[in-house]
Amino acid sequence: MRGLFLTVAIIGLYGLHQDIWFWRTARPLLFGFLPVGLWYHAAYCLAAALLMWVITKTAWPTHLEEEPRR
Amino acid sequence: MIPAVLVFAYLAIVLYIGIFAFRRRSPSIGPDGRAAEDYFLAGRALGPMVFLLSLFGTNMTAFTILGSAGHAFANGVVTFGLMASSSAFIIPLTLFFVGTRMWAMGRRHGFITPVQMFRDRWECGHIGTAIFVVQAALLVPYIIIGVMGGGTALSAITSGFVPYWLGGAIVAMVVMSYVFFGGMRGTAWVNTFQTVLFLSFGAIALVVIGRGMGGFPAAIETLLASPASAPLITRERVSPLFFFSYTFIPLSTIAFPHITIFCLTARRMAQFRRTVIFYPLCILAIWLPCVFLGVAANAMHDTPRIEQKLEARRTLASAPASMSADERAALRRRAAGDDVVPIMLERYAPLWLAGILGAGIMAAVMASDSQILALSTMFTEDVFAFYGGKARFGEAVQVQTGRLFVVVVTVVAYVIALRAPQSIFDLAVQYAFSGYSALSPLLFAALFWKRSTKWGALAVTLWVAFAVIYTATTPGALAWFGLMPVVPMTMISCALMIIVSLATPAPSASTVARYN
Repeated sequence: MRGLFLTVAIIGLYGLHQDIWFWRTARPLLFGFLPVGLWYHAAYCLAAALLMWVITKTAWPTHLEEEPRR
Repeated sequence: MIPAVLVFAYLAIVLYIGIFAFRRRSPSIGPDGRAAEDYFLAGRALGPMVFLLSLFGTNMTAFTILGSAGHAFANGVVTFGLMASSSAFIIPLTLFFVGTRMWAMGRRHGFITPVQMFRDRWECGHIGTAIFVVQAALLVPYIIIGVMGGGTALSAITSGFVPYWLGGAIVAMVVMSYVFFGGMRGTAWVNTFQTVLFLSFGAIALVVIGRGMGGFPAAIETLLASPASAPLITRERVSPLFFFSYTFIPLSTIAFPHITIFCLTARRMAQFRRTVIFYPLCILAIWLPCVFLGVAANAMHDTPRIEQKLEARRTLASAPASMSADERAALRRRAAGDDVVPIMLERYAPLWLAGILGAGIMAAVMASDSQILALSTMFTEDVFAFYGGKARFGEAVQVQTGRLFVVVVTVVAYVIALRAPQSIFDLAVQYAFSGYSALSPLLFAALFWKRSTKWGALAVTLWVAFAVIYTATTPGALAWFGLMPVVPMTMISCALMIIVSLATPAPSASTVARYN
């Protein structure tokens, strides 16, 4: 179930990168100067960081963590 | 004068860091060895902050500060979505899946390079050498570009007082020295220092230039009011398919040998945690100011050097079909915006900030250090050691060979940089990105697919070598359905790995079991 949730989240975030719905518009401008095509993708970076936090919390490969050094 | 002094001070600092790292060699190295691990992998003992900042710094090239602003100056806000936000998602994801597993296999089996793992995993020898040759060939243009960038930047910062040939020589000597003495530890510390400089510079530059321009809202409204510049604030000039294609480019990062090798330097696997979480935030902090400033530069009609660029762009847009290729190329060069951030700082920032910018530019163009070290590591491990050099002469000689290789590579890169035009290598680097993306299935297959075989790996390697040459020499090649060539190149690599592997005998069960 957890694996399915993470798979959907990863595919979903990948899909959200293709924001064709804001393709031909500059507004709304965040803080009066950041066009939507820029702040959407800035927010996307924050969402990526959040998803990475969730992945490292819930799917960390602990079985690899304590590898004996050769 | 002040910027030049600050840049030379920066060069002295990075030189000192390299030599300091030489003195901090691991005390655990005995006469029996681990000398190679210490020099090439910093003893697999990098701490969490150095691991994060250095890994990020390794990916920050001259393009990040200068090229991204230049691309945004010409193409608008689309630059951020094309190059930054896709990387902010794909790169940490590959570090999480591939980087952690690569680290574990390196620790378990003692690998120092990816080719060592491929040889062991697929029970092959010369096929590994073929992979080494393709990886090395795709890496060389970066090193040459780094020397060229150093010469150009130092010459520009000193207003021509230091000529190109001398600037290139100084930068090459500094990089060679700290890589020679400091190995991976020196390179990682220098990259950490550079990343801190990048992160500080971006925020300061944005605030100072914003104030100088009388506030960004006015600049953006000016751009929106003009039919010529309004499309730069949207993404209407780029097709969604082209935009989608770019999400394949960040796959190249994990396949770059200097990144794969760097994954082996972490003291503990836990260091990947912070790196994958903070990587998107670092991208945001560096790229957003650069891209935004590049776009905002279009509103600087009161600055003659910017106005000349805009004029060249207008002339190019309305050029008759009869205009010669040389004239078009000259106009493109005049319209190029790689220097818009330095121009903005010159116009709006005090001298001390221009000096910090100069150091930031030097830091960016000197990013070839990791590639030089990676090439040296690959040569000594995948060729020298594999073909008997280590067994015959010992590990100490192997490290000395690595150091000698660093000198040879740097000197050769410098000689080529003096004689060849930069445009050739700019182009080669572009194709190298696609090439490394198309090589990434090798890593995924080796680490995650038990049924993958050496013949599948060979098919991928030969295909990538062919495709890079083909796309570089044939305009429009593999640009199917409006996609960039990187998409079919990577998809065909995946298909070849699957089909050829299924058609050939699998590695022995005992070998596969060692990779569980």
